[in-house]
This record gives sequence, structure tokens and C-alpha cells, in this order.
Amino acid sequence: MIRLAEQFRRSLAISEKNIKIYYSKGPVIVFGLLFPLFLALAYIVGRSISLREVLPGLMGMTTFFTATSVGPSIIPWETRSKTLERLLCCPVALWAIILGDVLSSFLFGLLISIIPITFALILNVGLLNFVVLLFGMIIASMCFSALSVLLSAYPPTDIPATSMMLSSLVKFPLVFISGVFVPIEQLPSWGQYVASLSPLTYFTDLARQLISGRSFYPMAINFVMMSVFAAIFIFAAIRIHERTLIKRLT
Amino acid sequence: MDGAIEAINLTKYYGKILAVDNISFEVERGEVFGFLGPNGAGKTTAIRLLTGQMKPSSGSAIVAGFDMTREPIKAKRLIGVVPEVSNLYDELSAWDNLIFAAQLYGVPRGARGMRAKELLEFIGLYDRREDRVGNLSKGMRRRLTIAAALIHEPSILFLDEPTSGLDVESARAIRGLIRELNGRGTTVFLTTHYIEEADHLCDRIAIIDRGRIVAKDKPEGLKSRVEGRTAFDISFGPRGGPVDGLAALDHVKEVSKLGEVFRVYVGDVTGFLQALADFARGNGLEITSINTVKPSLEDAFVRITGLSPEVMRVEKEPARRGDVGYSSH
Ligand SMILES: Nc1ncnc2c1ncn2[C@@H]1O[C@H](COP(=O)(O)OP(=O)(O)O)[C@@H](O)[C@H]1O
Ligand SMILES: [Mg+2]
Repeated sequence: MIRLAEQFRRSLAISEKNIKIYYSKGPVIVFGLLFPLFLALAYIVGRSISLREVLPGLMGMTTFFTATSVGPSIIPWETRSKTLERLLCCPVALWAIILGDVLSSFLFGLLISIIPITFALILNVGLLNFVVLLFGMIIASMCFSALSVLLSAYPPTDIPATSMMLSSLVKFPLVFISGVFVPIEQLPSWGQYVASLSPLTYFTDLARQLISGRSFYPMAINFVMMSVFAAIFIFAAIRIHERTLIKRLT
Repeated sequence: MDGAIEAINLTKYYGKILAVDNISFEVERGEVFGFLGPNGAGKTTAIRLLTGQMKPSSGSAIVAGFDMTREPIKAKRLIGVVPEVSNLYDELSAWDNLIFAAQLYGVPRGARGMRAKELLEFIGLYDRREDRVGNLSKGMRRRLTIAAALIHEPSILFLDEPTSGLDVESARAIRGLIRELNGRGTTVFLTTHYIEEADHLCDRIAIIDRGRIVAKDKPEGLKSRVEGRTAFDISFGPRGGPVDGLAALDHVKEVSKLGEVFRVYVGDVTGFLQALADFARGNGLEITSINTVKPSLEDAFVRITGLSPEVMRVEKEPARRGDVGYSSH
């Protein structure tokens, strides 16, 4: 137990270092701030639907893009600057390093997602709904940031831009199949099946339920699925990074 | 357990490449132990195995009393590692880099600042503590990397090519630091491809070539392996006949000309000196000086590995212009 707490403190130190170094990097600003902002504008502007209709998709998109903006590039960056070697020499378990990276990506997502969630307050969704939404957003951010760190595991590149680009190849299709633009219940049945494979689906569905009262899945399913995806992503990230690590030491 | 480091049949394959081939050795506490070998010999891989950055394909490493494969975290607490390429965070200040290292090594919060200050003073960079590491010179970064490896007061320090690619002054400063640390009781394991550096710094040397340890001894011990091949540096005065006949004298094995000086490798010393005296008298030559040449570690290295000393002067990355490597002359 003491040892776990000690490793966890080191994860926090790694996370704090990531915040100092990587939040201000160009690609993070572009993919994590500018990009979701423009996408959100493109989504809202010129459409005559109410904020209540738009907000769930908007929240899903923002949380997804911001929480996945830091994660894909940290380990490639550390590989490039050889600082990964420094971390591997320290008495820190690989899982604690990965967790530190997930945490810093998570916090970035959470920080920016405060903007859309304040709109929920404006819409007067009720205190209970708001708290549940916030809780859902925390689990979702954790899940998405774990996915983003997982996406940097393979290929073991040392070029952050490559990793960013490859992770975008996964991220974009996910947004289109997750009920962000079209609610899941309006999709054909094959579309609903595909949607069920994306973790983002469950967060958008939850947000829609809490903001506009319509949903496809029961709330419990949404929470369970997000947690299951988060656990799988973290576990897979640790496992795959473990395997590809040696290729990063040249 | 007495030893600081024990390697038992360590072996590492990268795919099909055999980088470290069944090496075994022990390092005592308080020793400076060096791996000397050319580029690609497997030095960095060996350090990575010993410091738990990667797992061996087979064999094991016991470091500071812990099996590196089974209890890496415990072993890593007690060692410091200075890699081949300085690996600090360029974006952070010198100070923040040390504090981050202190956090990762579990230095108690209250002691971190003190340790960082002491170390910055030790390496002479306290004035530069607020500078971003990216703005420091290569030599300063290397010293700071050493400081970061010492933040938790490890009993064993590993250094991979600590002076490689540095200018002469910086390299000297680093060697001074290493000696001082060892004087305070730190066990040092280092790798180098500079023969002279190994000779001056190490209590014991293992010569490594193509992943294997081909010799392991004190520098003097290695040199004594090439004795029996005594050499003389001989100069002659301006008068007298040609000295071409030197190579043909009894007991002479080899002659090379270094400027005006002839270096003569001989077998039997007494026999040679008699033959030399007769030769000089017979040709009207005046011997102006004669010196015994002690075998250098380089001679020993060449003899043991069969490699040319030039191989050892090949730097991994082309040094920056103006950079001078360790000169062995
Ligand atoms: N990550 C790696 N993947 C594949 N081969 C490697 C890797 N690292 C080193 N090698 C190979 O292993 C051998 C030993 O390399 P290395 O340990 O770096 O030697 P040295 O440090 O003595 O120069 C070399 O042939 C090198 O090309
Ligand atoms: Mg090397």
C-alpha cells in the first residue's frame, strides 16, 4: 500500500512536469484548443437549433478532442529528447509513468471542458443533473486521455507530429460514429451497432440525457461502458508501451 | 553482500543482433570500474541492463544487493545513472530539473532544496540555476546530468561515456568530479572509448569488443601483458652513416621512425644493447639519447583486441565544430 502511494506520488510529479512542458507546445494548442473551437463554431453557426439540442454533441466533441490532445505526443517527445531514458532509470514503475501522462492529458481536457459545461448551468438543467454530468465528464476525460496515451504506443515513433497525425486517424472517425452530430436513436441499426463500439457514444448519450432528457442507453450503462473502456485503455497502454519501449532506446 | 555490482552471464539480443554476449564480472564497493571498447561494442547496452532500463535476454545483474530483474525499483533507488546523451528537460530550469529528479527518487520534500543547492554548488552552476537547460553549454548540461543522478546520494554511479564529445576543458572538469565522488566513497561504473581516460580514471578495466569481455584487469596488469616487447626511443647525432641497418640488428623486432627518433621494439635487451653499441661504433654514429618506452595501455589494447587504435578515435556522432575529443597524445 505504501509502495503504491509512493508510486502514485511520482505519477503526480510526472504529471506536473508534463503540464509545465507540454501544455504550451504548438501541436497541443492547435489540436487541443484551436481545433475544437473551430469545429464547435462550424457546428453551431448558421444552424437554427436550440442550445439544448446542440450542447450534448458539443460537450462530447470538446471533451473528446481536448482530453486526447496532450496524450499522443508526450512519449514520442520524451523519446526524442531522451528524457524517457531518465524516467526509466528512476525508481518509478512503467505504470506510474503512463498514469502520469494520462493524468496530465486528463487535466487538460477537464480544464477546457469547463467552458461547455457552464452552458449547462445557463440552461438550468438542475443541480443533480449538473453534478452527474460533471462526474460523467471526469470519467469520460479519463477514458479519452487513456485512449490518447494508448495511441502513442504503436508505432514507437519519436516524432510527435507523426503520433498526433496517426491518432487523428482514429479520433476523427470516432467522432462521426458517436452520436455527436446525429443522436444515436436516429441512426440505422448498423449505425447503432458501430456507435456502441465507441467510448464517446456513451458520454454524448449521457450528456443528451441530462441536458435534453432523451437518451438511447440507460444511464448506468453509459457509466459502466465508459469505466470499462477506461480500464481497457489504461491496461492496454501499459502493456503495449512495455513491449515497444525497447525500440525507443537507441 | 560485499560487491556493488555483479553481472552473471548477461546476454542481450536485439532481434537477431547479439549486443551483449554472456558477460560476467564483479565490481567492489569503492572501486572505479571501466568498460573500454570501440563504438558498437555493447557498452551502452550493458549499462542499460545493469541499470534496469531493459531486461536481459538471459543472465542476471545484482546491483546494490538487489536482482535488477526481480526488484528493479529497490535497486534503482540506490544507484545514479548518467546516460551517454544528457537527458534533462530543456524547457525546465536547472533548478526545476533537479527538483523533478528529487521527486522521482523520493527525496523527502524538506531535503530537496538543500540537495539541489549543494549539488549546483558542487558542479559550479549555482549562479545558473534559473537558466533553462536548453540555454546551457554541452559541458554544463553534462555536469548537471551528473548532479541530477546524485540527487538521492546513490552509493553507485553509472556513467556512459561521460566525456564523449566534450571539449578538453569540460572533459577534464568531469573527470575531476568523478575522482572527487569516488574519493567520497561512491562506487563508479563507467564506459569509455578513450583508452587514456580508462587508464587514468579506472581501478580496473574490462575491455569489451563485439559484446564480449576480452580482458579484465588493473591498467598495470593489462600493460604487463605486453611487456617482453620492450621498446627504446633512440636518437643519433648528425654525423655518421645511414641508420637503415638498425632493423637488421640481432634481437630487433620492429622499427618505426617518429620524427628524428627511432622506436625500436626488441626481444632480448642485453643482446640488443651490445649489438646497438657495435652498430654505432662500426658506422661512426653517435647515440645522443636512448629511452626505455613503457608499454602504454594503447599497446596493450591493440595486442589484446587486435583492433587498430584508430577504431577507438571514431566518435559516434560527428563532434560539433570546435569540439575536441579527449586527446591521447
Ligand atoms: N535499440 C537497439 N535496437 C537494435 N540494435 C541496437 C539497439 N541499440 C544498440 N544496438 C546494436 O547493438 C550493438 C551494441 O550497441 P551499443 O550497446 O550502443 O554499443 P556501444 O555503446 O558500445 O557503442 C550495436 O551493434 C548496435 O547497433
Ligand atoms: Mg554507447
